[in-house]
Amino acid sequence: MAKISIQTADFDAAAESALLSAGRADIGALVSFIGLCRDEGGILAALELEHYPGMAEDELERIAAEAQERWDLKGITLIHRYGKITPGEQIVLVIAASSHRGDAFAAADFLMDYLKSRAPFWKKEHRKDGTSGDWVEAKDADEASLKRWERS
Amino acid sequence: MSVKLVYFAWVRERIGKADEMFDPPTAVKTIGDLITLLAARDESYAYAFERAPFIRVAIDRKHAKHETLIADAREIAFFPPMTGG
Repeated sequence: MAKISIQTADFDAAAESALLSAGRADIGALVSFIGLCRDEGGILAALELEHYPGMAEDELERIAAEAQERWDLKGITLIHRYGKITPGEQIVLVIAASSHRGDAFAAADFLMDYLKSRAPFWKKEHRKDGTSGDWVEAKDADEASLKRWERS
Repeated sequence: MSVKLVYFAWVRERIGKADEMFDPPTAVKTIGDLITLLAARDESYAYAFERAPFIRVAIDRKHAKHETLIADAREIAFFPPMTGG
């Protein structure tokens, strides 16, 4: 039920939404999230995204399966790009479809939190001055956000 | 038994290779034991594992902990905290 793709190519969020709901009448709510490559301060030439082939796909499958177990979902699309991505370009797409908006919003939020902190991707900065910058550090805020979903 | 070690992001850059085969001595039971052994190899490994508790691991492409037993793992990955999304 989940469509998962790890790819270098860009994606079309509108086309993916249409694909998810095509020919169905049971979907009442579709929430999509697009993560973009952001440049703060005008120094970034590109982000280079590295991933763990094999595990990245498996982990996305596991994250999608957990979302499906927690909420009443009619469909999930997860697309994550890798390779060099320039500021303004799209990096990640999450779509959660459900009968009602509550589950779709919650699932999309959950999926993004898990993607950020549990999916094996890493970002390296390439700067406009030609130097290779730092690896982007994981934020405590992302880990804290993940804790919201812990089940007792 | 020989196990494939794989490295990502700055762990890979610091060690200077993406993967290698390794035959852990029988005294090495957990991931934590393996990290201690690798960190003692040379300066590159010491640098990669200088903040050992910070390093994330996966056994056969599943997240694992430093206390996890290596047992009959075929592939062990070491990497920094993830920054996807």
